[in-house]
Amino acid sequence: MATGDDAARGTAVLAIGSSDDVVRVRQEVRSRAVAAGLGIVDQTKIVTAASELARNTLIHGGGGTVRVESVSQGVRRGVRLTFEDHGPGIPDINQALKDGFTTGGGLGLGLGGSKRLSNEFEIDSAPGRGTRVTIARWK
Amino acid sequence: MAQNGSGGLAQTVAEHQDEILSEWLALQVSGGALQSGRIKEAELRTQCRTFLDLLRDGLEQGGTDPEAPAFGRAKEVLAEVSRSRGMQGFTPTETAAFVFSLKRPMFNALNRTIEAAAGEGGGAVRAASAATARDTWDVTLLLDQLGLHAMEVFMKAREDIIARQGREISELSTPVVKLWDGVLALPLIGTLDSERTQVVMESLLQTIVDQSAEIAIIDITGVPTVDTLTAQHLLKTVAAARLMGADCIVSGIRPQIAQTMVHLGVELDVTSKATLADAFRVALTRIGRAVVKAPRAEAAAPVAARRR
Repeated sequence: MATGDDAARGTAVLAIGSSDDVVRVRQEVRSRAVAAGLGIVDQTKIVTAASELARNTLIHGGGGTVRVESVSQGVRRGVRLTFEDHGPGIPDINQALKDGFTTGGGLGLGLGGSKRLSNEFEIDSAPGRGTRVTIARWK
Repeated sequence: MAQNGSGGLAQTVAEHQDEILSEWLALQVSGGALQSGRIKEAELRTQCRTFLDLLRDGLEQGGTDPEAPAFGRAKEVLAEVSRSRGMQGFTPTETAAFVFSLKRPMFNALNRTIEAAAGEGGGAVRAASAATARDTWDVTLLLDQLGLHAMEVFMKAREDIIARQGREISELSTPVVKLWDGVLALPLIGTLDSERTQVVMESLLQTIVDQSAEIAIIDITGVPTVDTLTAQHLLKTVAAARLMGADCIVSGIRPQIAQTMVHLGVELDVTSKATLADAFRVALTRIGRAVVKAPRAEAAAPVAARRR
């Protein structure tokens, strides 16, 4: 569900509150990636990373939002995603990024995996302050 | 005051009921209510007459408060009309028009009472026009509320259809097919959320028992995104099948999915093949069969049949 969409269609903010929303995030990211001219492999990577992070926002953050931006830098074009939640936050980010570490019963590969699937990865979190993850994939 | 006003209103409706009904019907017909062919004029007439009768009863007993128990029957009929329209594929506008097109005939009927009073002279006209203004407002409020009620029921009917279709899709899109004696295939399509995976797993495991299958091929050509959750679901399904003595082969992993899974760090501890055909060949080899080219059609046909 798009709660905001500016005139240039550069930015969309989607709410993440259910597993249906995760599907919607994937679809939005895929169409942005196609529009930015990303190849099929890059499309799949950013969509998969978005899926992981959206599910983290839902399961660990108790729901939140994602801002989907079509970005350009000179001739380069890409997609940037910012996931935000006001959940409990991550006490130890390095541990959370380690493969196989999980608190939610998953495989423990989502956060580290989405870092490897992105060109840019930034995470900002502290206990009680929620979590913000920003990733980007460039053509 | 309201009692007084609605008493007049009920009287107006009762006096002009036939005119209101025919005007209301004509308005709906000219508005295109019958164009889609989903409803016959006789049926529409019956719906209108029933609703108008009950509305009049409601006005007589319950004033203009749509929440009053006197309007219960009217709302039931309205809900029934809206629900059936939702099921029949009417648009929201067409459904709402049923109630809202009643406004004009009602206002016209109220105006006629002023005109009647005009014959009696000054004081009567003033009193009648004041009453009419109040009644008009009451009718508007009442019909707006009933219109919203109709929309609520309409949306609910539509949502029920969507929910039912969702359930149907989740069943339809997880068929387990038999490829050969002891070889099953499960072509997965779409999103593997937890609910779907449950259905998939159950039907696969049950079919393994029913068919005494040795090998199950899970084909994910139709799965657009394989993330860690999907991978985990797949691994669990494979593990459960293994406990039942069946081996799984995962097929249909496209190049971009393979690269993404490597970056994610997901390891599928299972035989995997690029296409369903390759997986089928592996499965046949494992059960000691092979597909060979028949030397010549006429001579070889019975031989090939016997080889099986």
